[in-house]
Amino acid sequence: MDAVLAGNPPSVRSDWRLPDRGTMGVIFLIVTESALFTIFVVAYLVYIGKSLSGPYPKDVLDVPILASICLLSSSVTIVFAERALKRNRIGMFRAWWFATILLGLEFLVSTGLEWRKLIYEDHLTVSTNLFGTTFYSLVGLHASHVIVGMVFLLLVMLVTLLGFPIHTQERRVKFLSWYWHFVDAVWVVVFTVVYVIGR
Amino acid sequence: MAPTHPHVDRPQIEEARFSFSDHLYEWVSTVDHKRLGLMYIVAALVFLVIAGLMATVIRLQLAFPNGKVVDPDTFNRLFTMHGTTMVFLVGMPFVAGLSNYLVPLMIGARDMAFPRLNAFGFWIFLFGGFLLYFSYIGGSGLSGAGSAPDVGWFAYAPLTARAFSRGASTDYWILGILVAGIGSIASAINVIVTTLSMRCPGMTLNRMPMFVWVMLIDSWLIIIALPPLSAAQIMLLIDRFLGGNFFNTQSGGSAVLWQHFFWIFGHPEVYILIFPAFAILSEVIPIFSRKPIFGRPAMVGAVASIGFISLGVWAHHMFAVGMTSWSNTFFTASTMLVGIPTGIKIFNWTATMYGGKIRLATPMLFCCAFLFQFLVAGLTGIMLATGPFDWQLHDSYFVVGHFHFTLVAGLVFGLFAGMYYWFPKVTGRMYSEKLGKWHFWLFLIGVELTFVPMHFLGFLGMPRRIYTYAPGRGWEFWNLIASSGLLFQLPAILIFVWNVVHSALRGKTAGDDPWDAWTLEWATTSPPPEYNFETLPEVRSSRPLWDLKNPNDPDWRFE
Repeated sequence: MDAVLAGNPPSVRSDWRLPDRGTMGVIFLIVTESALFTIFVVAYLVYIGKSLSGPYPKDVLDVPILASICLLSSSVTIVFAERALKRNRIGMFRAWWFATILLGLEFLVSTGLEWRKLIYEDHLTVSTNLFGTTFYSLVGLHASHVIVGMVFLLLVMLVTLLGFPIHTQERRVKFLSWYWHFVDAVWVVVFTVVYVIGR
Repeated sequence: MAPTHPHVDRPQIEEARFSFSDHLYEWVSTVDHKRLGLMYIVAALVFLVIAGLMATVIRLQLAFPNGKVVDPDTFNRLFTMHGTTMVFLVGMPFVAGLSNYLVPLMIGARDMAFPRLNAFGFWIFLFGGFLLYFSYIGGSGLSGAGSAPDVGWFAYAPLTARAFSRGASTDYWILGILVAGIGSIASAINVIVTTLSMRCPGMTLNRMPMFVWVMLIDSWLIIIALPPLSAAQIMLLIDRFLGGNFFNTQSGGSAVLWQHFFWIFGHPEVYILIFPAFAILSEVIPIFSRKPIFGRPAMVGAVASIGFISLGVWAHHMFAVGMTSWSNTFFTASTMLVGIPTGIKIFNWTATMYGGKIRLATPMLFCCAFLFQFLVAGLTGIMLATGPFDWQLHDSYFVVGHFHFTLVAGLVFGLFAGMYYWFPKVTGRMYSEKLGKWHFWLFLIGVELTFVPMHFLGFLGMPRRIYTYAPGRGWEFWNLIASSGLLFQLPAILIFVWNVVHSALRGKTAGDDPWDAWTLEWATTSPPPEYNFETLPEVRSSRPLWDLKNPNDPDWRFE
């Protein structure tokens, strides 16, 4: 084909660069996930104060300050881990990665304890009233995303502990950390909607 | 690739000795975008025939007053499954199948960005479809007699509540569509990333074929608009299985919220469905008019603006539920706004044909009919976008006529144009032009006979979804005419199937570029090899094959 086009504008073949497909894939995964969360957030907002019977949010919800701090700071530790990996300091990487897992775990445990209290002491289940339905759905949807993130975080931890070379997977670690940041950002929205506006 | 060692024995299997299970294994395990694309399209055609037969039964039931062909419950199941199948198991896989097959070829890539995700998307879509149809056996639980969903394709609350929809049929509807939706989203992400990251050297966004542009924006709409449906369906599952109250009006929930969520998905969805037709027309009309497309930037701009405006028009489906007059005004205005870019597109296609050297081959015939019919469908759409007008005709056969005119007289005509146009590329053989023309004229007459009278029936006050009607209301004549359209549509489809099967096996060899076309898919062999291109091409204009064929007058001089 090129032979026929002799005398054409110069070829761009050698410096033809397009965005990395993995990067694009993760970005659009996050876009579509955002659309999913938006609808649950809208449902929560629409139904604030519409419950016909108790318990109501202001009576039973405690602001999960510690859990929120843990989850948000795990976004920082995962960045440190990424940096350590970029500088090829595997020990540091493992330490920060482990810290990220611990912080995520603390978030999940405190969510579990919160739900336990709500169910056993306040008798709020998903079928009790609109607040219960929307609360467990929205927080549960977010928590299930945290769980998915945890599975992958643990997978990376396992890979490094077994001594497989993780520095070859820098790109994938980066994508995982983007996902984790996304889950954190969603928590900021969920926190605002459920514990600030909704109370 | 490393040079092959002469002593290495590679397992060689003669193609002729492939057993059936070898072939099956090859197709089931493939990650090739062309095979997956074909499987999408074949699956869509099979579902099209199934849902078409359902429509046939519906029309037989309504042909005469006091119809006795099916009982009311069966009728409800028929229109539910007909609508659901046509939208989710015919329209959506056509989007995925066409973009899968053509996008990598048109942008000069070897495959999609994520081939395995692509295979995952197809199989999960297919099994989502099976799940929906399994309801015929398991809809009342395996021990009971089965029954398909009967809540309409938009499954309005509170009809879907446990109290009103017993058994598991609605759950099959939810889960089947939820699962198939995951496949659609996977395939849409794949198309977007392929378009952004896999284009061959020189293929800037400005030079990208219109087809790829339209499918890119279509995929954008899918990833934005489909999750709301998934979210609403998850909420409905929570309501049905965990006793949630999302759409339970007795505990303060809102049935209207389901309508909002459904149509936030549902209206962009109709653009998602019609976009492949836009994409096909934008390729076929220039080739058969021997002119580059008129106003290319305006065309891209029009598609892109539809991609955004259509996200904000959903409540025009809900004028009759009693929204505030501000909402009604807003959604009337935004809906009319969509008419502008759509008008630009129709104008540009017509302007492409104007002064062109038009070849009226079968694909072009379907495109011409599309232009007229889609214009009518668009105009009835503008009529229905007006709140007070909609109050009069809401839920009447006028609406049924309107959207069947967009989807059958519009989309299906576009799809047939595309299937005839790329048939020689996909099979390497030429279809029979004579049978193609028979198909076109019969189908055209059938479609007009069936769907034009529906508009009149709407004016005469015939509501949607009624299983029969009493004589003496003035509906008999038009209903009979509408049903008689089947006498033309069914033979037309049979001719099409025969044409495809026979030509694929026995047709004349088509050659690589039978239409003297300009986009990259015609640069490779017919059918294309698994790797698409031996060396990745480099392009310098939006019509690379024109440049190749006319080295003295290449396009890049003018771009």
